[in-house]
Amino acid sequence: MSLQFLPKFNLSRHRRWLIIAPPLLFLLVFFLIPFGFALTISFAQTAIHVPPYTDVVSMDAQHRLHVSAHLDNYRYLLTDKVYALSYLYSLKTAFFSTLICLLIGYPMAYAISRTSRSAQSILLLVIILPFWTSFLLRVYALEGIIRENGLLNQALLWLGLIHQPLQLMHTTAAVYVGIIYSYLPFMVLPLFATLEKLDHTLLEASADLGSPPWRAFLDVTLPLSMPGVIAGSMLVFIPAIGEFVIPTLLGGADNLMIGRVLWDEFFGNRDWPVASAVAVVFLVFLVGPIAIYQHYQGKDLEAHA
Amino acid sequence: MNERPPSMLMTVLAIGVALLYIPMLVMIGYSFNASPLVGIWGGFSTHWYRELVHNDQLIGAAWLSLRIGFVAATAAMVLGTLAAIALVRFKKFRGRFALTAMVNAPLVMPEIITGITQLLLLISMLHLFGWPHRGFLTIVLAHVTFCTAYVTVTVQSRLASADRSLEEAAMDLGSGPVRAFIDTTLPIIAPALASGWLLSFTLSLDDLVISSFVSGPGASTLPMVIFSKVKLGVSPDINALATLIIATVGVGVLIAGVLMRRADQQRLRDLQLAAQ
Repeated sequence: MSLQFLPKFNLSRHRRWLIIAPPLLFLLVFFLIPFGFALTISFAQTAIHVPPYTDVVSMDAQHRLHVSAHLDNYRYLLTDKVYALSYLYSLKTAFFSTLICLLIGYPMAYAISRTSRSAQSILLLVIILPFWTSFLLRVYALEGIIRENGLLNQALLWLGLIHQPLQLMHTTAAVYVGIIYSYLPFMVLPLFATLEKLDHTLLEASADLGSPPWRAFLDVTLPLSMPGVIAGSMLVFIPAIGEFVIPTLLGGADNLMIGRVLWDEFFGNRDWPVASAVAVVFLVFLVGPIAIYQHYQGKDLEAHA
Repeated sequence: MNERPPSMLMTVLAIGVALLYIPMLVMIGYSFNASPLVGIWGGFSTHWYRELVHNDQLIGAAWLSLRIGFVAATAAMVLGTLAAIALVRFKKFRGRFALTAMVNAPLVMPEIITGITQLLLLISMLHLFGWPHRGFLTIVLAHVTFCTAYVTVTVQSRLASADRSLEEAAMDLGSGPVRAFIDTTLPIIAPALASGWLLSFTLSLDDLVISSFVSGPGASTLPMVIFSKVKLGVSPDINALATLIIATVGVGVLIAGVLMRRADQQRLRDLQLAAQ
Protein backbone atom coordinates (compact mmCIF):
# COMPACT_ATOMS: atom_id res chain seq x y z
CA MET A 1 0.00 0.00 0.00
CA SER A 2 1.26 3.41 -0.85
CA LEU A 3 -1.22 5.27 1.29
CA GLN A 4 1.45 7.27 3.03
CA PHE A 5 2.31 8.95 -0.26
CA LEU A 6 -1.21 10.27 -0.66
CA PRO A 7 -1.78 13.86 0.40
CA LYS A 8 -2.16 14.13 4.16
CA PHE A 9 -4.82 16.25 5.83
CA ASN A 10 -3.66 19.05 3.57
CA LEU A 11 -5.30 22.15 4.89
CA SER A 12 -3.36 25.26 4.10
CA ARG A 13 -1.21 26.57 6.95
CA HIS A 14 -3.62 29.42 7.63
CA ARG A 15 -6.76 27.31 7.65
CA ARG A 16 -5.14 24.89 10.06
CA TRP A 17 -5.21 27.67 12.62
CA LEU A 18 -9.01 27.71 12.47
CA ILE A 19 -8.77 24.31 14.17
CA ILE A 20 -5.78 24.93 16.45
CA ALA A 21 -6.58 28.45 17.63
CA PRO A 22 -9.91 28.04 19.50
CA PRO A 23 -8.76 25.38 22.02
CA LEU A 24 -5.27 26.84 22.27
CA LEU A 25 -6.50 30.37 22.99
CA PHE A 26 -9.22 29.22 25.35
CA LEU A 27 -6.83 27.13 27.43
CA LEU A 28 -4.21 29.88 27.38
CA VAL A 29 -6.66 32.43 28.75
CA PHE A 30 -8.48 30.21 31.23
CA PHE A 31 -5.79 27.76 32.28
CA LEU A 32 -2.27 29.13 31.77
CA ILE A 33 -2.66 32.88 32.18
CA PRO A 34 -4.48 32.46 35.54
CA PHE A 35 -1.21 31.07 36.93
CA GLY A 36 0.43 34.33 35.89
CA PHE A 37 -2.18 36.22 37.88
CA ALA A 38 -1.61 34.00 40.91
CA LEU A 39 2.14 34.63 40.63
CA THR A 40 1.63 38.38 40.36
CA ILE A 41 -0.84 38.62 43.23
CA SER A 42 1.47 36.55 45.43
CA PHE A 43 3.74 39.63 45.46
CA ALA A 44 0.91 41.97 46.47
CA GLN A 45 -0.22 43.03 49.89
CA THR A 46 -3.59 42.54 51.50
CA ALA A 47 -5.80 45.57 51.27
CA ILE A 48 -9.24 46.39 52.52
CA HIS A 49 -10.98 47.01 49.24
CA VAL A 50 -12.30 45.04 46.28
CA PRO A 51 -10.34 43.07 45.13
CA PRO A 52 -8.65 42.59 48.54
CA TYR A 53 -5.05 43.19 47.49
CA THR A 54 -2.82 46.01 46.30
CA ASP A 55 -1.83 46.45 42.66
CA VAL A 56 1.56 45.00 41.89
CA VAL A 57 1.81 46.67 38.50
CA SER A 58 0.09 50.02 38.09
CA MET A 59 0.23 52.96 35.74
CA ASP A 60 0.06 56.57 36.87
CA ALA A 61 -1.43 59.57 35.06
CA GLN A 62 1.79 60.07 33.11
CA HIS A 63 1.60 56.48 31.81
CA ARG A 64 4.58 55.41 33.82
CA LEU A 65 4.60 51.86 35.07
CA HIS A 66 4.99 51.27 38.77
CA VAL A 67 5.93 47.90 40.14
CA SER A 68 5.52 47.35 43.86
CA ALA A 69 6.36 43.76 44.59
CA HIS A 70 6.56 42.45 48.11
CA LEU A 71 8.14 39.25 49.27
CA ASP A 72 6.27 39.43 52.60
CA ASN A 73 3.89 36.63 51.69
CA TYR A 74 6.70 34.20 50.94
CA ARG A 75 8.53 35.26 54.09
CA TYR A 76 5.31 34.63 55.99
CA LEU A 77 5.10 31.10 54.55
CA LEU A 78 8.55 30.41 55.96
CA THR A 79 7.87 31.87 59.40
CA ASP A 80 4.44 30.35 60.04
CA LYS A 81 5.04 26.64 60.53
CA VAL A 82 1.46 25.72 59.55
CA TYR A 83 2.33 25.90 55.87
CA ALA A 84 5.46 23.76 55.91
CA LEU A 85 3.75 21.22 58.16
CA SER A 86 0.64 20.98 56.00
CA TYR A 87 2.75 20.60 52.83
CA LEU A 88 4.67 17.75 54.41
CA TYR A 89 1.52 16.22 55.85
CA SER A 90 -0.18 16.36 52.42
CA LEU A 91 2.84 14.79 50.73
CA LYS A 92 2.96 12.01 53.30
CA THR A 93 -0.77 11.31 53.10
CA ALA A 94 -0.75 11.33 49.29
CA PHE A 95 2.34 9.09 49.15
CA PHE A 96 0.98 6.37 51.42
CA SER A 97 -2.49 6.51 49.86
CA THR A 98 -0.90 6.08 46.43
CA LEU A 99 1.17 3.15 47.67
CA ILE A 100 -1.87 1.39 49.13
CA CYS A 101 -3.89 2.12 45.97
CA LEU A 102 -1.08 0.52 43.96
CA LEU A 103 -0.98 -2.54 46.21
CA ILE A 104 -4.75 -3.04 45.86
CA GLY A 105 -5.08 -1.79 42.29
CA TYR A 106 -2.29 -3.83 40.73
CA PRO A 107 -3.75 -7.27 41.53
CA MET A 108 -7.18 -5.97 40.48
CA ALA A 109 -5.91 -4.72 37.12
CA TYR A 110 -3.87 -7.89 36.67
CA ALA A 111 -6.87 -10.08 37.41
CA ILE A 112 -9.01 -8.16 34.90
CA SER A 113 -6.33 -8.43 32.22
CA ARG A 114 -6.29 -12.21 32.65
CA THR A 115 -10.03 -12.70 32.10
CA SER A 116 -11.78 -13.23 28.76
CA ARG A 117 -12.54 -10.29 26.46
CA SER A 118 -16.22 -10.15 27.33
CA ALA A 119 -15.55 -10.39 31.07
CA GLN A 120 -12.96 -7.63 30.67
CA SER A 121 -15.42 -5.16 29.21
CA ILE A 122 -17.94 -5.84 31.98
CA LEU A 123 -15.32 -5.59 34.74
CA LEU A 124 -13.96 -2.37 33.27
CA LEU A 125 -17.45 -0.90 33.26
CA VAL A 126 -17.79 -1.94 36.91
CA ILE A 127 -14.53 -0.12 37.73
CA ILE A 128 -15.37 2.95 35.64
CA LEU A 129 -18.95 3.37 36.87
CA PRO A 130 -17.97 4.84 40.28
CA PHE A 131 -15.73 7.27 38.40
CA TRP A 132 -18.85 8.56 36.64
CA THR A 133 -20.87 8.91 39.81
CA SER A 134 -20.41 11.93 41.97
CA PHE A 135 -17.13 12.16 43.83
CA LEU A 136 -18.71 14.22 46.58
CA LEU A 137 -21.54 11.75 47.04
CA ARG A 138 -19.15 8.81 47.20
CA VAL A 139 -17.17 10.48 49.98
CA TYR A 140 -20.46 11.20 51.70
CA ALA A 141 -21.55 7.57 51.25
CA LEU A 142 -18.37 6.45 52.95
CA GLU A 143 -19.37 8.47 55.99
CA GLY A 144 -22.44 6.24 56.32
CA ILE A 145 -20.13 3.23 56.66
CA ILE A 146 -17.45 4.49 59.03
CA ARG A 147 -19.40 6.80 61.34
CA GLU A 148 -19.92 5.78 64.92
CA ASN A 149 -23.29 4.11 64.32
CA GLY A 150 -22.37 3.20 60.73
CA LEU A 151 -22.48 -0.19 59.10
CA LEU A 152 -18.87 -1.11 59.88
CA ASN A 153 -19.21 -0.56 63.62
CA GLN A 154 -22.59 -2.29 63.70
CA ALA A 155 -21.15 -5.30 61.89
CA LEU A 156 -18.08 -5.49 64.14
CA LEU A 157 -20.21 -5.14 67.28
CA TRP A 158 -22.61 -7.79 66.03
CA LEU A 159 -19.72 -10.15 65.33
CA GLY A 160 -18.45 -9.50 68.82
CA LEU A 161 -15.05 -8.36 67.55
CA ILE A 162 -15.34 -5.06 69.39
CA HIS A 163 -17.35 -4.00 72.39
CA GLN A 164 -17.18 -0.25 71.90
CA PRO A 165 -17.82 1.43 68.54
CA LEU A 166 -14.57 2.46 66.87
CA GLN A 167 -14.01 6.17 66.45
CA LEU A 168 -13.11 6.31 62.75
CA MET A 169 -14.71 9.54 61.61
CA HIS A 170 -12.51 12.61 61.91
CA THR A 171 -9.33 10.53 62.12
CA THR A 172 -6.29 10.10 59.90
CA ALA A 173 -7.46 6.57 59.06
CA ALA A 174 -10.71 7.98 57.66
CA VAL A 175 -8.76 10.33 55.38
CA TYR A 176 -6.70 7.41 54.04
CA VAL A 177 -9.78 5.24 53.51
CA GLY A 178 -11.48 8.15 51.75
CA ILE A 179 -8.61 8.82 49.37
CA ILE A 180 -8.05 5.15 48.56
CA TYR A 181 -11.75 4.52 48.02
CA SER A 182 -12.18 7.59 45.79
CA TYR A 183 -9.03 7.27 43.70
CA LEU A 184 -8.76 3.48 43.26
CA PRO A 185 -10.37 3.51 39.76
CA PHE A 186 -7.72 6.02 38.60
CA MET A 187 -5.06 3.49 39.55
CA VAL A 188 -6.73 0.43 38.06
CA LEU A 189 -7.52 1.86 34.61
CA PRO A 190 -4.01 2.85 33.42
CA LEU A 191 -2.58 -0.32 34.99
CA PHE A 192 -5.08 -2.41 33.05
CA ALA A 193 -4.25 -0.52 29.84
CA THR A 194 -0.59 -1.56 30.05
CA LEU A 195 -1.16 -5.06 31.44
CA GLU A 196 -3.66 -5.82 28.69
CA LYS A 197 -1.05 -5.15 26.02
CA LEU A 198 1.50 -7.40 27.70
CA ASP A 199 2.94 -9.98 25.34
CA HIS A 200 2.21 -13.28 27.10
CA THR A 201 4.65 -15.24 24.97
CA LEU A 202 7.36 -13.51 27.03
CA LEU A 203 5.91 -15.10 30.16
CA GLU A 204 5.81 -18.48 28.45
CA ALA A 205 9.40 -18.04 27.32
CA SER A 206 10.36 -17.17 30.87
CA ALA A 207 8.55 -20.28 32.16
CA ASP A 208 10.21 -22.44 29.50
CA LEU A 209 13.57 -21.19 30.71
CA GLY A 210 12.70 -22.44 34.17
CA SER A 211 11.57 -19.26 35.95
CA PRO A 212 9.01 -19.77 38.68
CA PRO A 213 5.90 -17.57 38.21
CA TRP A 214 6.93 -15.02 40.85
CA ARG A 215 10.31 -14.65 39.12
CA ALA A 216 8.63 -14.20 35.73
CA PHE A 217 6.41 -11.56 37.30
CA LEU A 218 9.39 -9.62 38.68
CA ASP A 219 11.48 -10.01 35.51
CA VAL A 220 8.85 -9.54 32.82
CA THR A 221 5.43 -8.32 33.95
CA LEU A 222 6.43 -5.68 36.45
CA PRO A 223 9.07 -3.89 34.32
CA LEU A 224 6.79 -3.90 31.27
CA SER A 225 3.89 -2.48 33.27
CA MET A 226 5.95 0.40 34.70
CA PRO A 227 4.33 3.03 32.42
CA GLY A 228 0.95 2.03 33.86
CA VAL A 229 2.32 2.01 37.40
CA ILE A 230 3.70 5.52 36.99
CA ALA A 231 0.66 6.94 35.18
CA GLY A 232 -1.72 5.43 37.74
CA SER A 233 0.41 6.57 40.67
CA MET A 234 0.55 10.13 39.36
CA LEU A 235 -3.21 10.16 38.70
CA VAL A 236 -3.70 9.33 42.38
CA PHE A 237 -0.74 11.14 43.96
CA ILE A 238 -1.04 14.61 42.41
CA PRO A 239 -4.76 15.26 43.01
CA ALA A 240 -4.52 13.60 46.44
CA ILE A 241 -1.94 16.15 47.64
CA GLY A 242 -4.39 18.96 46.98
CA GLU A 243 -7.43 17.05 48.23
CA PHE A 244 -9.94 19.27 50.00
CA VAL A 245 -13.27 17.44 50.21
CA ILE A 246 -11.97 14.25 51.85
CA PRO A 247 -9.98 15.80 54.75
CA THR A 248 -12.79 18.30 55.33
CA LEU A 249 -15.63 15.77 55.47
CA LEU A 250 -13.86 12.72 56.91
CA GLY A 251 -10.80 14.13 58.66
CA GLY A 252 -10.44 15.84 61.99
CA ALA A 253 -9.05 19.23 62.96
CA ASP A 254 -5.49 17.89 62.94
CA ASN A 255 -5.72 16.52 59.37
CA LEU A 256 -4.47 19.80 57.98
CA MET A 257 -3.87 19.13 54.33
CA ILE A 258 -2.68 21.96 52.12
CA GLY A 259 -6.01 22.07 50.24
CA ARG A 260 -7.82 22.87 53.48
CA VAL A 261 -5.27 25.50 54.46
CA LEU A 262 -5.67 27.17 51.06
CA TRP A 263 -9.45 27.10 51.31
CA ASP A 264 -9.41 28.64 54.79
CA GLU A 265 -6.87 31.28 53.77
CA PHE A 266 -9.12 32.25 50.91
CA PHE A 267 -12.62 32.05 52.34
CA GLY A 268 -11.88 32.34 56.06
CA ASN A 269 -9.06 34.87 56.36
CA ARG A 270 -9.69 36.39 52.91
CA ASP A 271 -5.93 36.79 52.60
CA TRP A 272 -5.64 36.38 48.84
CA PRO A 273 -1.98 37.35 48.44
CA VAL A 274 -0.89 34.72 50.99
CA ALA A 275 -3.23 32.16 49.39
CA SER A 276 -1.64 32.97 46.01
CA ALA A 277 1.83 32.49 47.44
CA VAL A 278 0.78 29.13 48.92
CA ALA A 279 -0.64 28.12 45.52
CA VAL A 280 2.53 29.19 43.69
CA VAL A 281 4.81 27.23 46.02
CA PHE A 282 2.47 24.25 45.81
CA LEU A 283 2.58 24.42 42.02
CA VAL A 284 6.39 24.52 42.01
CA PHE A 285 6.33 21.24 43.94
CA LEU A 286 3.86 19.78 41.45
CA VAL A 287 5.82 20.60 38.28
CA GLY A 288 8.03 17.53 38.67
CA PRO A 289 5.26 14.96 39.18
CA ILE A 290 3.13 16.55 36.42
CA ALA A 291 6.07 16.41 33.99
CA ILE A 292 6.51 12.71 34.81
CA TYR A 293 2.80 12.17 34.24
CA GLN A 294 2.95 14.02 30.88
CA HIS A 295 5.84 11.85 29.84
CA TYR A 296 3.99 8.63 30.49
CA GLN A 297 0.55 9.71 29.35
CA GLY A 298 -0.55 8.33 26.04
CA LYS A 299 0.23 4.93 27.46
CA ASP A 300 -2.70 5.35 29.79
CA LEU A 301 -6.18 6.86 29.72
CA GLU A 302 -7.07 4.86 26.65
CA ALA A 303 -9.19 2.81 28.99
CA HIS A 304 -11.19 5.94 29.80
CA ALA A 305 -12.27 6.32 26.21
CA MET B 1 -4.92 -15.04 27.49
CA ASN B 2 -8.08 -16.83 28.54
CA GLU B 3 -6.89 -19.31 31.11
CA ARG B 4 -8.45 -18.90 34.53
CA PRO B 5 -6.54 -16.38 36.58
CA PRO B 6 -5.34 -17.58 40.00
CA SER B 7 -8.09 -17.53 42.59
CA MET B 8 -6.11 -15.25 44.88
CA LEU B 9 -6.11 -12.54 42.21
CA MET B 10 -9.82 -12.96 41.67
CA THR B 11 -10.40 -12.65 45.42
CA VAL B 12 -8.56 -9.33 45.54
CA LEU B 13 -10.57 -8.16 42.53
CA ALA B 14 -13.84 -9.19 44.17
CA ILE B 15 -12.93 -7.46 47.44
CA GLY B 16 -11.84 -4.31 45.58
CA VAL B 17 -15.06 -4.15 43.60
CA ALA B 18 -17.10 -4.81 46.75
CA LEU B 19 -15.32 -1.95 48.55
CA LEU B 20 -16.12 0.38 45.66
CA TYR B 21 -19.81 -0.45 45.75
CA ILE B 22 -20.79 -1.22 49.35
CA PRO B 23 -20.87 2.41 50.57
CA MET B 24 -23.11 3.45 47.70
CA LEU B 25 -25.42 0.46 48.15
CA VAL B 26 -25.71 1.19 51.88
CA MET B 27 -26.54 4.82 51.14
CA ILE B 28 -29.23 3.75 48.67
CA GLY B 29 -30.63 1.42 51.34
CA TYR B 30 -30.76 4.18 53.95
CA SER B 31 -32.54 6.50 51.53
CA PHE B 32 -35.61 4.28 51.99
CA ASN B 33 -35.30 4.32 55.78
CA ALA B 34 -38.39 5.68 57.53
CA SER B 35 -36.31 6.66 60.55
CA PRO B 36 -34.39 9.94 60.36
CA LEU B 37 -31.68 8.34 62.53
CA VAL B 38 -29.11 6.87 60.22
CA GLY B 39 -28.01 3.92 62.34
CA ILE B 40 -31.51 2.64 62.98
CA TRP B 41 -33.77 0.95 60.46
CA GLY B 42 -37.30 2.23 60.89
CA GLY B 43 -38.96 0.39 58.03
CA PHE B 44 -39.33 1.09 54.32
CA SER B 45 -40.47 4.55 53.31
CA THR B 46 -40.29 6.93 50.36
CA HIS B 47 -40.73 9.85 52.74
CA TRP B 48 -37.35 11.44 51.92
CA TYR B 49 -38.04 11.38 48.21
CA ARG B 50 -41.34 13.21 48.73
CA GLU B 51 -39.46 15.68 50.91
CA LEU B 52 -37.08 16.44 48.02
CA VAL B 53 -39.90 17.56 45.73
CA HIS B 54 -40.70 20.38 48.15
CA ASN B 55 -37.12 21.52 48.66
CA ASP B 56 -36.95 24.58 46.43
CA GLN B 57 -33.32 25.30 47.28
CA LEU B 58 -32.20 21.86 46.08
CA ILE B 59 -34.38 21.97 42.96
CA GLY B 60 -33.09 25.44 42.07
CA ALA B 61 -29.49 24.34 42.54
CA ALA B 62 -30.07 21.17 40.51
CA TRP B 63 -31.57 23.17 37.64
CA LEU B 64 -28.61 25.59 37.69
CA SER B 65 -26.15 22.67 37.68
CA LEU B 66 -27.95 20.96 34.79
CA ARG B 67 -27.87 24.13 32.68
CA ILE B 68 -24.18 24.73 33.47
CA GLY B 69 -23.38 21.10 32.68
CA PHE B 70 -25.20 21.20 29.36
CA VAL B 71 -23.51 24.39 28.12
CA ALA B 72 -20.06 23.45 29.47
CA ALA B 73 -20.16 19.92 28.04
CA THR B 74 -21.26 21.15 24.62
CA ALA B 75 -18.57 23.83 24.44
CA ALA B 76 -15.94 21.40 25.76
CA MET B 77 -16.94 18.80 23.17
CA VAL B 78 -16.28 21.30 20.35
CA LEU B 79 -13.01 22.67 21.80
CA GLY B 80 -11.75 19.26 22.85
CA THR B 81 -12.44 17.70 19.45
CA LEU B 82 -10.62 20.56 17.72
CA ALA B 83 -7.68 20.11 20.10
CA ALA B 84 -7.63 16.36 19.45
CA ILE B 85 -7.65 16.91 15.67
CA ALA B 86 -4.82 19.42 16.00
CA LEU B 87 -2.72 17.10 18.15
CA VAL B 88 -3.31 13.93 16.12
CA ARG B 89 -3.31 15.32 12.60
CA PHE B 90 -0.93 18.29 12.63
CA LYS B 91 2.48 16.98 13.56
CA LYS B 92 4.21 20.32 13.82
CA PHE B 93 2.77 23.69 14.73
CA ARG B 94 3.65 26.55 17.00
CA GLY B 95 2.16 25.97 20.40
CA ARG B 96 1.92 22.19 20.04
CA PHE B 97 3.90 21.69 23.24
CA ALA B 98 1.76 24.24 25.08
CA LEU B 99 -1.46 22.64 23.85
CA THR B 100 -0.28 19.15 24.86
CA ALA B 101 0.65 20.41 28.30
CA MET B 102 -2.58 22.35 28.72
CA VAL B 103 -4.82 19.39 27.85
CA ASN B 104 -2.96 17.00 30.15
CA ALA B 105 -2.29 19.19 33.16
CA PRO B 106 -5.95 19.81 34.11
CA LEU B 107 -6.46 16.03 34.40
CA VAL B 108 -4.16 15.86 37.40
CA MET B 109 -4.02 19.47 38.63
CA PRO B 110 -5.51 19.70 42.12
CA GLU B 111 -8.85 21.44 41.74
CA ILE B 112 -8.10 23.88 44.50
CA ILE B 113 -5.17 25.33 42.51
CA THR B 114 -7.20 25.61 39.30
CA GLY B 115 -10.04 27.18 41.26
CA ILE B 116 -7.90 29.83 42.97
CA THR B 117 -5.99 30.81 39.84
CA GLN B 118 -9.17 31.05 37.78
CA LEU B 119 -10.84 33.19 40.43
CA LEU B 120 -7.84 35.54 40.43
CA LEU B 121 -8.09 35.81 36.64
CA LEU B 122 -11.83 36.50 36.76
CA ILE B 123 -11.41 39.11 39.52
CA SER B 124 -8.69 40.85 37.55
CA MET B 125 -10.80 40.77 34.38
CA LEU B 126 -13.73 42.28 36.27
CA HIS B 127 -11.41 44.91 37.70
CA LEU B 128 -10.00 45.81 34.27
CA PHE B 129 -12.97 45.38 31.93
CA GLY B 130 -15.97 45.40 34.28
CA TRP B 131 -16.85 41.91 32.98
CA PRO B 132 -17.66 39.04 33.60
CA HIS B 133 -19.62 39.13 36.85
CA ARG B 134 -19.30 35.94 38.83
CA GLY B 135 -22.16 33.51 38.36
CA PHE B 136 -23.48 31.21 35.64
CA LEU B 137 -21.02 32.36 32.95
CA THR B 138 -17.88 32.19 35.07
CA ILE B 139 -18.76 28.69 36.31
CA VAL B 140 -19.32 27.58 32.71
CA LEU B 141 -15.96 29.03 31.62
CA ALA B 142 -14.13 27.27 34.46
CA HIS B 143 -15.86 23.96 33.75
CA VAL B 144 -15.16 24.15 30.01
CA THR B 145 -11.45 24.30 30.87
CA PHE B 146 -11.17 20.95 32.62
CA CYS B 147 -13.90 19.30 30.51
CA THR B 148 -12.00 20.22 27.32
CA ALA B 149 -9.04 18.29 28.68
CA TYR B 150 -11.14 15.15 29.23
CA VAL B 151 -12.79 15.40 25.79
CA THR B 152 -9.41 15.88 24.09
CA VAL B 153 -7.91 12.78 25.70
CA THR B 154 -11.01 10.71 24.92
CA VAL B 155 -11.23 11.80 21.27
CA GLN B 156 -7.45 11.75 20.78
CA SER B 157 -7.05 8.02 21.34
CA ARG B 158 -10.04 7.21 19.13
CA LEU B 159 -8.85 9.51 16.36
CA ALA B 160 -5.31 8.12 16.49
CA SER B 161 -6.63 4.61 15.91
CA ALA B 162 -9.12 5.62 13.20
CA ASP B 163 -8.35 4.28 9.73
CA ARG B 164 -7.35 7.11 7.39
CA SER B 165 -7.87 5.22 4.13
CA LEU B 166 -11.58 6.06 3.82
CA GLU B 167 -10.85 9.73 4.28
CA GLU B 168 -8.10 9.59 1.71
CA ALA B 169 -10.39 7.76 -0.70
CA ALA B 170 -12.98 10.53 -0.26
CA MET B 171 -10.34 13.12 -1.06
CA ASP B 172 -9.28 11.15 -4.13
CA LEU B 173 -12.89 11.31 -5.22
CA GLY B 174 -12.71 15.08 -5.04
CA SER B 175 -13.92 15.96 -1.55
CA GLY B 176 -12.12 18.80 0.18
CA PRO B 177 -10.22 17.80 3.32
CA VAL B 178 -12.87 19.18 5.69
CA ARG B 179 -15.70 17.52 3.79
CA ALA B 180 -13.81 14.23 3.61
CA PHE B 181 -13.20 14.39 7.37
CA ILE B 182 -16.85 15.11 8.16
CA ASP B 183 -18.11 12.35 5.84
CA THR B 184 -15.73 9.58 6.86
CA THR B 185 -13.77 10.11 10.08
CA LEU B 186 -16.32 12.08 12.07
CA PRO B 187 -18.80 9.14 12.17
CA ILE B 188 -15.96 6.88 13.36
CA ILE B 189 -14.99 9.18 16.22
CA ALA B 190 -18.60 10.13 17.04
CA PRO B 191 -18.84 7.64 19.96
CA ALA B 192 -15.77 9.25 21.53
CA LEU B 193 -17.39 12.67 21.11
CA ALA B 194 -20.53 11.37 22.77
CA SER B 195 -18.68 9.80 25.68
CA GLY B 196 -16.57 12.96 26.01
CA TRP B 197 -19.76 15.00 26.22
CA LEU B 198 -21.29 12.66 28.80
CA LEU B 199 -18.12 12.60 30.88
CA SER B 200 -17.93 16.41 30.76
CA PHE B 201 -21.58 16.70 31.73
CA THR B 202 -21.18 14.43 34.76
CA LEU B 203 -17.89 16.06 35.82
CA SER B 204 -19.48 19.49 35.57
CA LEU B 205 -22.52 18.35 37.57
CA ASP B 206 -20.20 16.97 40.23
CA ASP B 207 -17.70 19.79 40.56
CA LEU B 208 -17.58 21.40 43.99
CA VAL B 209 -14.18 22.99 44.53
CA ILE B 210 -13.71 24.98 41.32
CA SER B 211 -17.36 26.10 41.32
CA SER B 212 -17.05 27.33 44.89
CA PHE B 213 -14.22 29.64 43.87
CA VAL B 214 -15.60 31.03 40.63
CA SER B 215 -19.29 31.33 41.49
CA GLY B 216 -20.79 34.50 42.79
CA PRO B 217 -23.51 35.38 45.27
CA GLY B 218 -26.77 33.64 44.48
CA ALA B 219 -25.25 31.09 42.11
CA SER B 220 -25.06 27.93 44.23
CA THR B 221 -24.68 24.74 42.25
CA LEU B 222 -26.03 21.41 43.46
CA PRO B 223 -22.68 20.14 44.85
CA MET B 224 -22.26 23.43 46.75
CA VAL B 225 -25.66 23.01 48.40
CA ILE B 226 -25.03 19.32 49.10
CA PHE B 227 -21.60 20.07 50.58
CA SER B 228 -22.94 22.71 52.95
CA LYS B 229 -25.57 20.21 54.17
CA VAL B 230 -23.22 17.23 54.36
CA LYS B 231 -20.64 19.15 56.41
CA LEU B 232 -23.19 19.10 59.22
CA GLY B 233 -23.48 15.30 59.08
CA VAL B 234 -25.47 12.56 57.36
CA SER B 235 -28.96 13.62 56.37
CA PRO B 236 -31.63 11.31 54.97
CA ASP B 237 -32.87 13.63 52.22
CA ILE B 238 -29.32 13.81 50.81
CA ASN B 239 -29.36 9.98 50.75
CA ALA B 240 -32.49 10.15 48.60
CA LEU B 241 -31.02 12.81 46.33
CA ALA B 242 -27.76 10.86 45.99
CA THR B 243 -29.71 7.73 45.09
CA LEU B 244 -31.56 9.59 42.35
CA ILE B 245 -28.30 11.02 40.96
CA ILE B 246 -26.48 7.66 41.08
CA ALA B 247 -29.41 5.87 39.46
CA THR B 248 -29.63 8.47 36.68
CA VAL B 249 -25.90 8.40 36.00
CA GLY B 250 -25.72 4.61 36.22
CA VAL B 251 -28.60 4.06 33.81
CA GLY B 252 -27.28 6.81 31.52
CA VAL B 253 -23.79 5.31 31.36
CA LEU B 254 -25.17 1.80 30.77
CA ILE B 255 -27.45 2.97 27.95
CA ALA B 256 -24.65 5.03 26.41
CA GLY B 257 -22.31 2.04 26.64
CA VAL B 258 -24.78 -0.29 24.94
CA LEU B 259 -25.61 2.27 22.22
CA MET B 260 -21.95 2.95 21.50
CA ARG B 261 -21.12 -0.71 21.29
CA ARG B 262 -24.04 -1.24 18.92
CA ALA B 263 -22.97 1.71 16.76
CA ASP B 264 -19.46 0.26 16.66
CA GLN B 265 -20.70 -3.18 15.63
CA GLN B 266 -22.91 -1.58 12.97
CA ARG B 267 -19.92 0.27 11.56
CA LEU B 268 -17.87 -2.91 11.53
CA ARG B 269 -20.62 -4.72 9.62
CA ASP B 270 -20.89 -1.80 7.17
CA LEU B 271 -17.15 -1.86 6.62
CA GLN B 272 -17.18 -5.62 6.07
CA LEU B 273 -20.06 -5.25 3.60
CA ALA B 274 -18.22 -2.45 1.83
CA ALA B 275 -15.09 -4.56 1.61
CA GLN B 276 -16.91 -7.43 -0.11
